[in-house]
Amino acid sequence: MTIVSNTSAAPAGKDKRNKPKGPWRTALSRLLRDKLAVASFLFLASIILSTASATYYADHISQTDPFQSNLDGHIEISGEPAEIMAADSEGLGLGVTPIGPTWTGQYLLGADAQGRDVAARLLYGGQNSLIVAFSSTALCLLLAGVVGTVSGFLGGIVDTILSRLLDIIWAFPIYLLAISLSIVLISKGLQIGPFHIPSNSLLLPITIIGVVYVPYVARPIRGQVLTLAKSDFVLASVCLGMPTARILVRDILPNVVTTLIVFAPIMMSLSILTESSLSFLSIGVQPPAASWGTIIQDGQGLLYTRPLVAIAPGLAIIITVLCLNFLGDGVKEAFDPKAKLRVGKD
Amino acid sequence: MLHHNIFRATAMALLLTSATVGIARAEDKPKIGGTLRLAAASAAGTIDPHISYETGFYWPIFYVLNDGLVTFRKAAGQPSNDIVPDLASEMPKISSDGKTYTFKLRKGVKFSNGQEVTLRDVVATFERLFKVGNPNSNLWYNVIKGGDKCVESPATCSLAEGVVANEADGTVTFNLTQPDAEFLYKLAVPFGSILPADTQASDLGTTPSAATGPYMITSYDPQRGMELKRNPEFKVWNEDAQPDGYVDEIKYSFGVQPADAVTAIQNDQLDWMWDSPPADRLKEISTKSAGQIHINPSFATYAAEMNTNIAPFNNKDVRQALNFAVNRRAAINIFGGPRLAEANCQILPVDFPGHKGYCPYSKNPGEKWAGPDMEKARALMERSGQTGQKVTVTVGDAGFDSRIGTYLVSVLNDLGLHATLKVISSNIQWTYAQNSKNNVQITVNTLWQDYPAPSTFLPVLFSCGAFHPGSDASPNISGYCNKSIDAKMEQAMKAALTDPAASIEKWSAIDHEITDDAPWVSLYSPNLLYFVSKRLKNFTYSHQARMIFSKVWLD
Repeated sequence: MTIVSNTSAAPAGKDKRNKPKGPWRTALSRLLRDKLAVASFLFLASIILSTASATYYADHISQTDPFQSNLDGHIEISGEPAEIMAADSEGLGLGVTPIGPTWTGQYLLGADAQGRDVAARLLYGGQNSLIVAFSSTALCLLLAGVVGTVSGFLGGIVDTILSRLLDIIWAFPIYLLAISLSIVLISKGLQIGPFHIPSNSLLLPITIIGVVYVPYVARPIRGQVLTLAKSDFVLASVCLGMPTARILVRDILPNVVTTLIVFAPIMMSLSILTESSLSFLSIGVQPPAASWGTIIQDGQGLLYTRPLVAIAPGLAIIITVLCLNFLGDGVKEAFDPKAKLRVGKD
Repeated sequence: MLHHNIFRATAMALLLTSATVGIARAEDKPKIGGTLRLAAASAAGTIDPHISYETGFYWPIFYVLNDGLVTFRKAAGQPSNDIVPDLASEMPKISSDGKTYTFKLRKGVKFSNGQEVTLRDVVATFERLFKVGNPNSNLWYNVIKGGDKCVESPATCSLAEGVVANEADGTVTFNLTQPDAEFLYKLAVPFGSILPADTQASDLGTTPSAATGPYMITSYDPQRGMELKRNPEFKVWNEDAQPDGYVDEIKYSFGVQPADAVTAIQNDQLDWMWDSPPADRLKEISTKSAGQIHINPSFATYAAEMNTNIAPFNNKDVRQALNFAVNRRAAINIFGGPRLAEANCQILPVDFPGHKGYCPYSKNPGEKWAGPDMEKARALMERSGQTGQKVTVTVGDAGFDSRIGTYLVSVLNDLGLHATLKVISSNIQWTYAQNSKNNVQITVNTLWQDYPAPSTFLPVLFSCGAFHPGSDASPNISGYCNKSIDAKMEQAMKAALTDPAASIEKWSAIDHEITDDAPWVSLYSPNLLYFVSKRLKNFTYSHQARMIFSKVWLD
């Protein structure tokens, strides 16, 4: 990790042009030189932009409401009317199959079992999946940062209590804990003091996913803070009589932040996978809202006739998670001082 | 030479023909033994025949386990609606006023525990119906003298005046408070199964009762399955009532998803599935395995039941609005297409006695549904003042219910309500929806006939007496109670004694009147699609017992 101390000022009168780059700029320049990370970032940005355009796509391109069942409708393909749900005529004439990919604006990837445009739902679902992933990661990093820092720096009884709490959460298999919490909370929502999170709110999966991953981040942060607390610049601050809060904010936090940044992409990819799993099990994002997980669940009943309904969101998850993992590797390399050896000189 | 060849060819042809006939006969010849393997996505709770109201699911099993004094003929098609004597040695003697039924009990029939079926068992059985809270005890069986008192105080129920055993001549007499044209039907369904007098007076739950039929349950675990073996005490006494079974064992596996069940049947690992095959497998099986498919009328209505006692469905305008808005063709598409169901707006299923085509909730109101009318639906919603109300659509997780639920959510939201979907285990959905304490606003179910009479739908599902607040056994899920309709149903029941045709007319009118009040959104009358293994032979479909398990044999 890059150790940053704001108590170590640059020597006075040094030529500005020879001033060494700050740790942030160093990391950024390393990151920009990692082609895979940059490509992943650009790919990720395009996915985010695409999902952000969901409303435009639904209104102007697919011209359908992706949350409205359309089991008895028609569209025109090359001037010919086509049923969205077509009754089968072969054999005994049983079954109704949703329209397949048209490769045109309307029903580009076909329809799901409710006759809804899969492409439009994919974009809306992506919005929710990414919102849940980003928000739960932010919540997780915030909680882990606070818990890890306080626990590691204050030590004593505070450390004991917080560490045991983390141990308790850590003791549960992560998916089992997430599923259990979701099943319990999905029926009536979550009450935190005066605040109530309804069961169909995105805040519920965000909170659950954010909380269950806290020990995974808080533990390394605590370890890092324990090391930092014994470092010279922190001891110097203590000797100078700096208040604890100031030491935490000025000396500890800047060093912890880099670790949190390294964790961010990895936690986001884990959050996307967890959210998809919960939604697939009907205990994550709740209908009529969609996420990539709920769309896979919708497609489960169409695997034989319209496999694309399940494959498309599956691919979206795989690509996004891969991008986040490559980006995560790049960020880790960029913020890791040992990476100097591999990335090259500054 | 030519003649010689012709002779040889003819001889070969004759040989082949006789061999083919021989093979065909061998296939048609009943085979005894083997294990019939059945599967369902989930179990359906209690196996107490006096409590379970799983007419489509568990009743076919009960029909091969237990017997009543009378039963439905175990035959295919229309004859399966006939009543035949079962544990009674002959049809009862009915008094001229229609209030007394005297049955002669058949001698020598034994329960699977070795005890002989006695008159004491018959009396105890009908008292037990009240003690265990049979869902229809206050609708069907309170017509027996003393029945009303038993409804009030079930624990101390005594039918000393109502069910009178005469040991001397081996008869049992039912004294009714009033004539009941459907009394024999009520004795013929599994609720009328005669159980040993010492059977516990509470829900048997997962404990099997002693059986009189060709099979008995040897194990039942709602999470895993049910096993039936031959009842060693069974001997055929009336082939029409209770034929012997061909297979030695019946194994019911629970937790098998329909898609897996279809594959298992294709691979000859299963013989029959309770659930309908998933929609995306229908095309495949209807083209590749058409010979293994049996489509039969089910005499059922698939409907969304609305709770008429809580908002927003306590408002008739909202209920009617939903009826106008629902596209029944869309629901049929979810179910598997027009070959498998017929749109229906009313309570009584298509082709069922008393069904007279009536659809006021259609673009062109008439006898049949022609399409949704969103304009009318929106106007009704606006008039109701309920726009923006929150609605939770509660559905089971098995079969098509969750997809129908998703569709209903979409329609409700389109009407300006704020609807969400709640999917619960199908194991509990039926009882959960019945209990008014759970405040279920709207749910979906397939409602099956109990026996071939309109009263099995109308009073059972819509009379004030069928609504038991706070109880899991309250089949009037809508909580619909209309005293005037109750009185008309009473009149229709009475008319059946003297003028069955007039009675049917009255039931039709009641059906239409309830349809106007819209406690349900009736969607369609489904056909039953049975997908069976290649080795399952002699598939026999009874309107009452569905596939008769004792009639099939395995090749």
